[in-house]
Amino acid sequence: MTKPGWKELKLGDVLEAGTAAAFETGDWRSEKPIFHKDRCIHCLQCWIHCPDTSVIVKNQKVEGFDYKHCKGCGICAKVCPVKGEKAITMEPER
Amino acid sequence: MPAIARTGNEAMAEAMRQINPDVVAAYPITPATEIAQIFANFEANGDVDTEYVRVESEHSAMSATVAAAAAGGRAMTATSSQGLALMGEILPIASALRLPIVMPEVNRALSGPINIHCDHSDTMMNRDAGWIQIFSENAQEAYDNVLQAIRIAEHDDVLLPAMVTTDGFIISHCMEKIETMEDSDAKAFIGEYKPKNPLLDYKNPLTLGALDLQDYYFEHKRPIAEAMHKSKNVILEVGKEFEKKTGRSYGFFEEVSMEDAEIAIIALGSTAGTARMTVKNLREKGIKAGLIKLRVFRPFPEAELVNALKKLKVLAVLDRSDGYAATGGPLFSEIRSALYDLKTKPMVVNYVYGLGGREMNFELLDEIYADLQKIAKDGKVDQLVKYSGLRE
Repeated sequence: MTKPGWKELKLGDVLEAGTAAAFETGDWRSEKPIFHKDRCIHCLQCWIHCPDTSVIVKNQKVEGFDYKHCKGCGICAKVCPVKGEKAITMEPER
Repeated sequence: MPAIARTGNEAMAEAMRQINPDVVAAYPITPATEIAQIFANFEANGDVDTEYVRVESEHSAMSATVAAAAAGGRAMTATSSQGLALMGEILPIASALRLPIVMPEVNRALSGPINIHCDHSDTMMNRDAGWIQIFSENAQEAYDNVLQAIRIAEHDDVLLPAMVTTDGFIISHCMEKIETMEDSDAKAFIGEYKPKNPLLDYKNPLTLGALDLQDYYFEHKRPIAEAMHKSKNVILEVGKEFEKKTGRSYGFFEEVSMEDAEIAIIALGSTAGTARMTVKNLREKGIKAGLIKLRVFRPFPEAELVNALKKLKVLAVLDRSDGYAATGGPLFSEIRSALYDLKTKPMVVNYVYGLGGREMNFELLDEIYADLQKIAKDGKVDQLVKYSGLRE
């Protein structure tokens, strides 16, 4: 792909809105969160705390993760309040 | 046109009142404090429609001004010395985002040692920040330059931020008789501002200032130089239009007795006012002395300067800031470099002077012109970089 020269760019480093969605940060991950549906109480703490809006929620129920954008920070697993074995656990990537 | 008595700071605040910007965010710093202080009175008294933001530092002042300009407003601030240094991180963001912010800047020495008086080290430190830099000789020019800077910065071919400077205390606190435009004429002259990519245009959302790495950063910087080159025509056009309205003419620089001059100095700011008299006195003695007062330092009017300087025998470049073992002060290295391609070129010598407000006066200027006569007679520059007014 030929990239545009400086004369072809828009004024002042302006891009369309919402470009962060197109930038897939999931491959930065060294650990990935695993969702255990059977243990989830759907309190949505993970969804509230996720800094990358990578917890997928439908009809107020957690469904899993957007692995294209999840950077594997582990906050979701940390805040999961389920007693005993948590509904979210972290595993090494590969 | 009303003639009024104003200091440089008052004159610039008066220009800001007439501009009536959407947002002013400023933090006090000597000797520029009064500009924002007087403007805050205008705001408090309802003389302007401006949103005045009381910020906690100059870093915040410039950040808020950039944000307001990005939102789509006409945004201004004012500062000096350490304040400009603290803004330093944000200045190149304003130019890269192509935000036509206009900022009065009162030239003051940088610490240390701490000092509140005039030299040009503050703006020279930021000479490559992508800001237009316009110097003023007196309060009248300070007023005139602020109004013109709005038109220059906001022009479609330019869209760059601009700082208009005065010499700290020498101009900022010295009262002079100045002529101002009627409010209605000033308003008509600066015109309505139509921002290019306002962030508050919610129907056309956009991303501004995204991360820009090896593959695009370079291409986003190059247009700043292009806009700076293009601003040259705009500066001349706006100057002509301003002359039609006021009778006061403005270009890149002013030439004093340069037609047949053999020796001359070039200087920025208030020193040109003193040198004007020195040249007059020397001319009465039959000495072919001249003066160039450089008004626009960025964009650097290289070709025009070369043309004005090429017939001289000897040129003295006066720098009110030092390069500390660079090839002289910043003005010197650029002017000397500009003359390089001439087949026969003037001899050039640098005088660093006036640091920390050290006075430049008739005696020192007489010494410099006498030195130039000696260099012309000897046919060689004995020392490339000299210090004027320094105790040895």
